[in-house]
Amino acid sequence: MAARKTTKTPNVSAEELKTHYRDMLLIRRFEEKAGQLYGMGLIGGFCHLYIGQEAVVVGLEAAAEEGDKRVTSYRDHGHMLACGMDANGVMAELTGREGGYSKGKGGSMHMFSKEKHFYGGHGIVGAQVPIGAGLAFADKYLENGRVTFAYFGDGAANQGQIYETFNMAALWDLPVVFVIENNQYAMGTAQKRSTSTPELFTRGEAFGIPGEAVDGMNVLSVKEAGEKAVAHCRSGKGPYILEVKTYRYRGHSMSDPAKYRTREEVQKMREERDPIEQVRDMLLTGKHASEDDLKTIDKEIKDIVNASAEFAKESPEPALDELWTDIYADATE
Amino acid sequence: MATEILMPALSPTMEEGTLAKWLVKEGDTVSSGDIMAEIETDKATMEFEAVDEGVIGKILIPEGTEGVKVNTAIAILVEDGEEVGATPASAPAAEAPAVPEPAPATAAPAAPVADTSPDWPDGTAMKQQTVREALRDAMAEEMRADPTVYLMGEEVGEYQGAYKVSQGLLDEFGAKRVIDTPITEHGFTGIAVGAAFGGLRPIVEFMTFNFAMQAIDQIINSAAKTLYMSGGQMGAPMVFRGPNGAAARVGAQHSQDFTAWYSHVPGLKVAMPYSASDAKGLLKTAIRDPNPVIFLENEILYGRSFDVPEIDDYTVPFGKARIWREGTDVTLVSFGIGMTYALEAADRLAEDGISAEVLDLRTIRPMDTAAILKSVMKTNRCVTVEEGWPQNAVGNYITSVIMQEAFDYLDAPVINLTGKDVPMPYAANLEKLALVTTDEVIEAVKKVTYR
Repeated sequence: MAARKTTKTPNVSAEELKTHYRDMLLIRRFEEKAGQLYGMGLIGGFCHLYIGQEAVVVGLEAAAEEGDKRVTSYRDHGHMLACGMDANGVMAELTGREGGYSKGKGGSMHMFSKEKHFYGGHGIVGAQVPIGAGLAFADKYLENGRVTFAYFGDGAANQGQIYETFNMAALWDLPVVFVIENNQYAMGTAQKRSTSTPELFTRGEAFGIPGEAVDGMNVLSVKEAGEKAVAHCRSGKGPYILEVKTYRYRGHSMSDPAKYRTREEVQKMREERDPIEQVRDMLLTGKHASEDDLKTIDKEIKDIVNASAEFAKESPEPALDELWTDIYADATE
Repeated sequence: MATEILMPALSPTMEEGTLAKWLVKEGDTVSSGDIMAEIETDKATMEFEAVDEGVIGKILIPEGTEGVKVNTAIAILVEDGEEVGATPASAPAAEAPAVPEPAPATAAPAAPVADTSPDWPDGTAMKQQTVREALRDAMAEEMRADPTVYLMGEEVGEYQGAYKVSQGLLDEFGAKRVIDTPITEHGFTGIAVGAAFGGLRPIVEFMTFNFAMQAIDQIINSAAKTLYMSGGQMGAPMVFRGPNGAAARVGAQHSQDFTAWYSHVPGLKVAMPYSASDAKGLLKTAIRDPNPVIFLENEILYGRSFDVPEIDDYTVPFGKARIWREGTDVTLVSFGIGMTYALEAADRLAEDGISAEVLDLRTIRPMDTAAILKSVMKTNRCVTVEEGWPQNAVGNYITSVIMQEAFDYLDAPVINLTGKDVPMPYAANLEKLALVTTDEVIEAVKKVTYR
């Protein structure tokens, strides 16, 4: 295998590294299984996998505190697993079953968990960004000290409503971290073909929002940047932009043949920059874990993912009268 | 343990495909993520990756085979060291879940008996108030009662409201709860939806609903659908309010009636008051409602005065029409400013000896169809009156309900009076021609009563 760039041995505990390894591996294996179930016809419609981008959510969740909120786009499985949502509930939503987080009524792109402060799962590119600022608006109004992570991609970064939101978030000092997950492709359009200025972290300058670019393939770099951003927001200084440079290995969705980039480009990224392999190397070279320790983790993850697939197959389809529920909340009067 | 590798579905619609090329051969070791084959779908050539580790034991479908059905075994994967040709374990169950017999859609509940109780008891003290003042009082009372209610919009604070509906609210509640926004409907509507998800009860004022078109994605895709998409976990308890429909001489881009648009959408409620008492009672109900409510006001009605009951905490329930005038010969159904024409017509028709019953729907969704049917079963004739355009108008829906539920009671076709099927012109004479008029209501009533 080609030489892999690793950062100098960071000041990080073995336990923390193992946790990152475990959390990223769960997303990777879960997504591979989801791809398999899609191929078997058990998952329908659109299904956008997060493989390659695992370090982004795992690093940022490590910087979050209990009660902080997150909202993202339709490429959302990783965000849900990283914030502690149950793999069974997520997978069963993908198969459209009663045991899914939305009782099978939302699907891959529309999932929520009030308990874990996960506010979706939104299928309209960019729409989640003002919603994220709105969550932060509520937190500021309620004076509860919480911070919101509003995730969006390099494609969404050209949507107009994002700049309307930047303006108001800065004007009102809203505690929101805008996380631009720059995976370089907006579906099939490379960033240089869609974007006049490539440095997305500077997009807040016109509004006075500080921003920085982060290596999104390195979970420790992401976490460090996340901690800085969260501290900024929580101290009342308003929003912060993180452009996290990442890469998705799979197509935009399951039906994307990904002809807009070379196989070599993907392979190079996998071999040299893979976020999970980087942590694996740190664990082994730093003698924080043995091959056997990691095999134990691998098996544990495989068991969780296999169990989620079994649950997602066995959970029944929603009862037919579910068609008519949850359209309106009951008025208390 | 040997497992079968199955022909994958690689698009939402794929049922079969061509196994164009094998990139592995028997005996090769594969691990998760390795590309094993190229498969042509109806749309594109896709790479097919391995999910599990193992050795390709046997290739069952040679490359170049066309029309391979999804879920056909195409190869056998064995574990390292396992004998090639080992009997595969039964493939993971892949059959689509059994499709049950389509159940009939939950039957619409039998038309409930119309609630015709009065909005306030006899002898209640009344005061004269404009619609504008009634709306402001409704907001002020609800903001006093619930600290999570706040108002945001363009010019709602320091300017005291573009149409002075929010007059005095900034002074009483401060800038934290009466928030002037920049002119960015799409953005501030999305922020308000997020605030509703986050536990607040926003009131979003649009300077006019014409500007809300910039924000309609957030209203429909984010506010109206989230309760359903989240399986009931979270929704958007909030009110979108502002003037709707034609004002006077403001031309095509400022004169549209959006009632039919919003009342099309499950997950939204749509209220449209005519009188000041309804403006107050319905807005208080809207603010308390745990769902997104579209509250359509009218600029021309803002300055009109009506009796408002002097009752503490006066509310009007959604889904209850108000009978403004009882009659026996024809039912006029309207809402909002359309009521002006319906009531004027009823007065003049009475002079000709025609007795019109006039119903104000007050909320378009939910719609009090029971009240409409009850009245039509009595009068046997119906004319609907609204300012919106004719194709897919609210009146069209009312007509369909009457046809399905009270066809045998009809003595004449239902007529839907609407604005004309044109963008609103600026010229005074043309604008007048484009709007529905009292004369048209009278003419329609004469037609359905064969006078």
